Amino acid sequence: MLVVELDGKPALAGLVPGIEVLAISAPEALDEYLRDHGFARIAKRLNRTGVIDVVGTAAPGIDDIVVLGKIKQLERSGEYDLIVVDGPAAGHAITFLTSAAGLADAVSSGPVRTQAEEVLELLHDPTRCQVVLVTLPETTPVNEVVETAFALEDDVGVQLGPVVVNGVDIGEPLPDDETARGAVSHLDAETGRTLLDAAEFRRSRREMEAGEIARLASELPIPKVTLPARPAAGLTPEDIDELALVLGP
Amino acid sequence: MSDTTTPPEHVDASVVASDGDVIESSTVIVCCGSGGVGKTTTAAVLGLEAARRGRRAVVVTIDPARRLADALGLADGLASEPQRIELGPSTAGNSGGELWAMMLDTAATFDGLVRRHADSDEQIERILTNPFYRNIAGALSGTQEYMAAETLHELHLDDRFDLVVVDTPPSRNALDFLEAPGVLARFLDHRLFRLLMLPTRGGLKVIGTATQPILKAIGRVVGSDVLADSVAFFQAFAGMETGFRQRADDVVALIRSPETSFVVVASPRHDTIDEAVWFARQLGDQGVGVTSAIVNRTHPEFGCGSAADAAAAADAARESDDGVLGVLWDNVAALRRMRDLELDVISPLAEVVGGERLVVLPLLDGDVHDLDGLLVIAAHLFDHPVVDR
Repeated sequence: MLVVELDGKPALAGLVPGIEVLAISAPEALDEYLRDHGFARIAKRLNRTGVIDVVGTAAPGIDDIVVLGKIKQLERSGEYDLIVVDGPAAGHAITFLTSAAGLADAVSSGPVRTQAEEVLELLHDPTRCQVVLVTLPETTPVNEVVETAFALEDDVGVQLGPVVVNGVDIGEPLPDDETARGAVSHLDAETGRTLLDAAEFRRSRREMEAGEIARLASELPIPKVTLPARPAAGLTPEDIDELALVLGP
Repeated sequence: MSDTTTPPEHVDASVVASDGDVIESSTVIVCCGSGGVGKTTTAAVLGLEAARRGRRAVVVTIDPARRLADALGLADGLASEPQRIELGPSTAGNSGGELWAMMLDTAATFDGLVRRHADSDEQIERILTNPFYRNIAGALSGTQEYMAAETLHELHLDDRFDLVVVDTPPSRNALDFLEAPGVLARFLDHRLFRLLMLPTRGGLKVIGTATQPILKAIGRVVGSDVLADSVAFFQAFAGMETGFRQRADDVVALIRSPETSFVVVASPRHDTIDEAVWFARQLGDQGVGVTSAIVNRTHPEFGCGSAADAAAAADAARESDDGVLGVLWDNVAALRRMRDLELDVISPLAEVVGGERLVVLPLLDGDVHDLDGLLVIAAHLFDHPVVDR
């Protein structure tokens, strides 16, 4: 089992102790790619003069394809039975995954084309690769995930796994307003107000979440997995263990 | 709901005055922070409040989601030209304030720059139709940030507005926005660029021996068509570097001037606060101070006791067999615990920007999806009553 992080700041190593975490960055992957394909001397020179910027601009997606190529190479090595990639955010996810098709069209021969074709094979084979989309039970994230899901199916042709709805408030059910009013009637007004306001706040957040989850279900008819909100402002390995239990013992 | 604007202990009450100053004295406000923290909404709220106070504010967003357009009552979405937002009389009053909004159009802005700096229609045509140029306009890292900076400069010079509020792209590196204007200038100064230019200068046919292997290698990696396009682009761009560099310098000077305020936006989570702290430090190192920090979506305060008090009250209620009251107290305990955790996470940001410059805004009980929703946030941020439109 391997977890792959792309660019960004390394955050996962501390959260999943005992699982191998690998960070892949585009410039390093491009450099490695050039070295592996007999451009070692050029690679050195390209880096020195910064021509990599120019190459990346000349053929947008080349930095994405070298990253995907690296992941494909790890998959082909047979060293891992599962590789989980923490992919880019919604907007970039589509360009990231369409880079292979784009380059296969744009480049007629050579190592980039071969690479693009091999990545396309990986993306199109549901036994080798699936995309798990993650969202929150709020309006904008739900809109984004629906758009992303359709774009990935149409433009990339990759198999979608279940959609994960993260951070859902699934605590103990709260009494309705009338019952709550009855229960606080013997308390002083201020305390009663606090209890009622807090209950109303929580109920209305939950209603909004439930509404968004229902909308997601109707707009995106694929299986969903719900993960509960953790009472924390940042996750710890213990939180990750608990959340993993939700997915399966 | 109880008073939800109460800031954490180390935050002084003058926060409200501080953000009011930002609104009244700046000519440019740049909102920055990681993605998903409510940056776009915050930019809209600042623009709305400025209009309420009689300023002619324009909000530039990069948010392609329809949410902001909906919130502003724009049925057809945001356009790439500023559009005036209808404000009710009780919002803008007789203050003379106006609110405008537009969406950043990276490619169109870049085309505009090329048109401005090119010598001839023929040069414009050659550049705009070049596939390599289209890629730069869409894909060169930093282009979006650069065009956001360029757009804000243009709006700053536009007589219709006296305040420009910009919502920056969610960069991996938040400083891209400051540095981006220089990126293209550096790109054009590139050694490869100069090498590619050699053949056209004075009709010299010296693609030196040094250039050829590089060009060949690039051609082998990316394909020869792509290479031909890039050579054509660099040749078409000849003579425009100076104009571009001058403009980039002007844009950077505006961003760094005291008329420009930086507002760092975060949510009360470790990762976004870390990013905000890092960004505030970097800005400080660059000699540009953060004017204020806004932490969105913090759980509101319910009552004045602690989480432990509420948990004890829940136990007591259950002991006297009052299950419903027990559940209600449990809920208060959970909400207070969450708020405590969040305020803890926020404190490093308060230390960096100064507690008096940090505002904590409450998580609302629903989504913000109309002008009234923005007004509710403005009321929290600037401590005035929510007005009906």
